[in-house]
Amino acid sequence: MSMIKLEEDVSLVLCGEAGQGIQSVENIMVQALKMGGYHVFSTKEYMSRVRGGQNSTQIRASSKRVKAYRDRIDILVALSKGAIPHLEKRITENTLILGDEEVLQDLEEKYYNLLKAPFISKAKKLGGLIFSNVIAAGALSCIMGVDKEIFDELITLLFASKGEKILENDLKAGVEGYDIGKKILDSGRISIKIEKNPATGKEILINGTQAVGLGCISGGCKFISAYPMTPSSPLQVFMADNASEFEMVFEQAEDEIAALNMALGASYAGARAMTATSGSGFALMQEGVGLAGMIETPVVIYIAQRPGPAVGLPTRTAQEDLNLALYSGPGEFPRIIFAPGNFKDALELSHKSFNLAEKYQIPVFILSDQYMADIYYNLPSLDIEKLEVEDYIFETDTDYKRYLFTPDGISPRGIPGYGQGLVCVDSDEHDEEGHITEDLNLRTRMVDKRLKKMDKIRKEAVPGEFFSTSNSSAYTTLIMGWGSTYWPLKEALLEMDNDNLALLHLKQLYPLSSQAGELIKKAKKSVMFENNAQGQMAQLIQKETDLKIDHKVLKYNGMPFSVEEILAVLETLEEE
Amino acid sequence: MDPEIFEMENADIAWCPGCGDFLILKALKQALADLELGPEKLVLVSGIGQAGKLPHYLKSNVFNGLHGRSLSPATGIKASNPDMVVIDVSGDGCMYGEGGNHFMHTIRRNPDITNIVLNNMVYGLTKGQASPTSQIDFKTPFQVDGVFEEPFNPLAVAITLGASFVARTFAGDIPHMVEVLKKAIEHKGYSLVDIFQPCVTFNKVNTFTWFKENTYLMDDTHNPYLKIEALKRALEGNDGEGKFPLGIFYIKKGHPTFEENLSVYKKDKTPLFRRKVDKNKLKNLIDSKRGL
Ligand SMILES: Cc1ncc(C[n+]2csc(CCOP(=O)(O)OP(=O)(O)O)c2C)c(N)n1
Ligand code: SF4
Repeated sequence: MSMIKLEEDVSLVLCGEAGQGIQSVENIMVQALKMGGYHVFSTKEYMSRVRGGQNSTQIRASSKRVKAYRDRIDILVALSKGAIPHLEKRITENTLILGDEEVLQDLEEKYYNLLKAPFISKAKKLGGLIFSNVIAAGALSCIMGVDKEIFDELITLLFASKGEKILENDLKAGVEGYDIGKKILDSGRISIKIEKNPATGKEILINGTQAVGLGCISGGCKFISAYPMTPSSPLQVFMADNASEFEMVFEQAEDEIAALNMALGASYAGARAMTATSGSGFALMQEGVGLAGMIETPVVIYIAQRPGPAVGLPTRTAQEDLNLALYSGPGEFPRIIFAPGNFKDALELSHKSFNLAEKYQIPVFILSDQYMADIYYNLPSLDIEKLEVEDYIFETDTDYKRYLFTPDGISPRGIPGYGQGLVCVDSDEHDEEGHITEDLNLRTRMVDKRLKKMDKIRKEAVPGEFFSTSNSSAYTTLIMGWGSTYWPLKEALLEMDNDNLALLHLKQLYPLSSQAGELIKKAKKSVMFENNAQGQMAQLIQKETDLKIDHKVLKYNGMPFSVEEILAVLETLEEE
Repeated sequence: MDPEIFEMENADIAWCPGCGDFLILKALKQALADLELGPEKLVLVSGIGQAGKLPHYLKSNVFNGLHGRSLSPATGIKASNPDMVVIDVSGDGCMYGEGGNHFMHTIRRNPDITNIVLNNMVYGLTKGQASPTSQIDFKTPFQVDGVFEEPFNPLAVAITLGASFVARTFAGDIPHMVEVLKKAIEHKGYSLVDIFQPCVTFNKVNTFTWFKENTYLMDDTHNPYLKIEALKRALEGNDGEGKFPLGIFYIKKGHPTFEENLSVYKKDKTPLFRRKVDKNKLKNLIDSKRGL
């Protein structure tokens, strides 16, 4: 039973059953902490069920920017009996566990740092278990030094729509929470010192899904057809929510097959179009990816990955569908695959996806995952000033040919109803006018024409982000990752502060920028971190550059890499 | 307008001589000419199959997509540019087999498109397998003992699902086809025109003569505005009893179309490709994430 002193960076974890409102606590807490002058980060892990099970949310609050998942738990709010066994591996003697008598009763004080806090019993008195989340949020906000007025304002904002009675009770729950918080502070068991910075209060607070969504809107998306599937559904919700304001059509298709085909029809008619799905759903779309390739019609495909095969672990995270995206669709044709690692990239790469899809008349993929889709953090803003929608649609004349042979393989793209010409696209092999052909010479020329586009696409490939604490290229070990591993890797590297280490975070996975090969060649040792079992990106690098990655660190249990896990790997690498 | 306007001079038509598809092509050109719908206004969408090749033989904008999927791009096209006249042409295998799910849900969605199905009760392009509309006992290289599955009844299904226009006609009767096609194209909302089409190569049972002998034209006594009456007629000819009626089975008036239901078009009919991104609105959306 030691006194816990927390400075600069606090990791709070709330854990309870589905239906207990852990999600609402996350919503309240991230806002409250940000408004209260801290940098915040949150990530959730949850089970694929509507009631019961164990779900948890990690919230980090700090005087510095924090954007990555850590194993460390400083304060654990246990709202269910299952919470402690569920998080067993992450609990240490430095974890202060708060919970009701009944939740903590079977735990031995010599192993655990326990402090009773009557979240559930007070909630019951207020009229139901559901209030336990607001009470917990209140207690934590109080401990963290968030002004009560800010807290009340938030509660009002979040619950006003639910009716006066409910709001009134939630405000009361807040009072109870702050009461409990004060008692915890008075107990002398914990002290927290984090410098506040009022500027964070004015920053934006978004999640990875919203960052992608904002990029899609800025990229001129006008049509989205999709079929619900976790973890892509939040993006579908975001686009549906904003459809009216931004003059977009959102349609829930009858299945993924229809979703992509509908988007291709929309795109053929000139609307910038996209679809969103996850692994199993994307498996159904592959036929349509081939169609996009053959009819050279732009489309953006957002894949929020989760573990497979088949339906896998519906609510967990993975990076397992790179190969699926890379090889999807029959035949051979060009494509681009992006994997944003932070919110700025998510905005800009999603935006760029639409321009490149139009420019090259190809499918462009945005690979995200559950972890990336659901994390929140604050940032000063997102700059959309330079994000321009580039127009690649031509007004046709009477002798327009949709698939005109050109030196770079890109034919001017007309759309029906704009100009004098007729626009014919065909899934069968076709001639320059878009009419079906079985002329085998023409066939070869058409394949060449389509693949020719890759030359330009390759030259234009977005380089990865190179980072080393010394800012120099005098490194011996090159750490690599792609997509959502960005912040955990970067935070670990910053903490190592070792000039032998450098990080290459890949943003465009395919085709790969020539930079990757150059940086790998310079390293004595290359290490790839991926959330899959086979090192799909490492394999792709080898295929694209002929360079073998020395060391693969693979995690595929459905959870993201934590900073600590990465640190442990980096330390053993050093010793080797 | 002269139907010649839709002539494709150099088209290398891949249909067998004597196929019903030629007559349907002719009727469709005539119907479009009568309605004064020039090639630039038109988008013909199709899937795969002998029937699916039709758009290549009629001058227009063309989206020849995947087997069974034609209704999805057709819906996307219409929803992105409601100014275009969108006609989907498919075969019975393409539409009712591979595309069954899309057939069902497009009816529910009710986009303003015309869905023409060239129904030859067989798979032509893949050389004579059974289709969902093949009749019981129909023998094929796959169905060696003859078809034993219940034939799919597209009209009854469409009527039940609330399709807003449901009709059937016959390739052997050009004037009737032209009449029905015109009404279907003019109809606002989803319209199904199932056309009995003899496949002279792979269907030696359901021939021109067979269709003539086993169909009849509905007269004025049929009221297409009554759903139950329409359904009763749609069930005629099934189970080998009685003849198949031809004509307009069902019309549902005042049913809002998919496009009309979309909020984008509530105030402004501009096609989507002409709409820009409002950066100020986007900035506001980003700023709204600053909190309270
Ligand atoms: C996904 C897929 N499966 C199978 C095929 C092969 N295929 C081409 S046409 C066809 C059947 C066409 O039959 P129908 O729609 O009745 O048209 P018809 O040729 O009789 O006019 C099939 C199975 C295909 N192109 N795509
Ligand atoms: S196979 Fe049948 S449907 Fe196809 S063209 Fe020949 S006759 Fe017509």
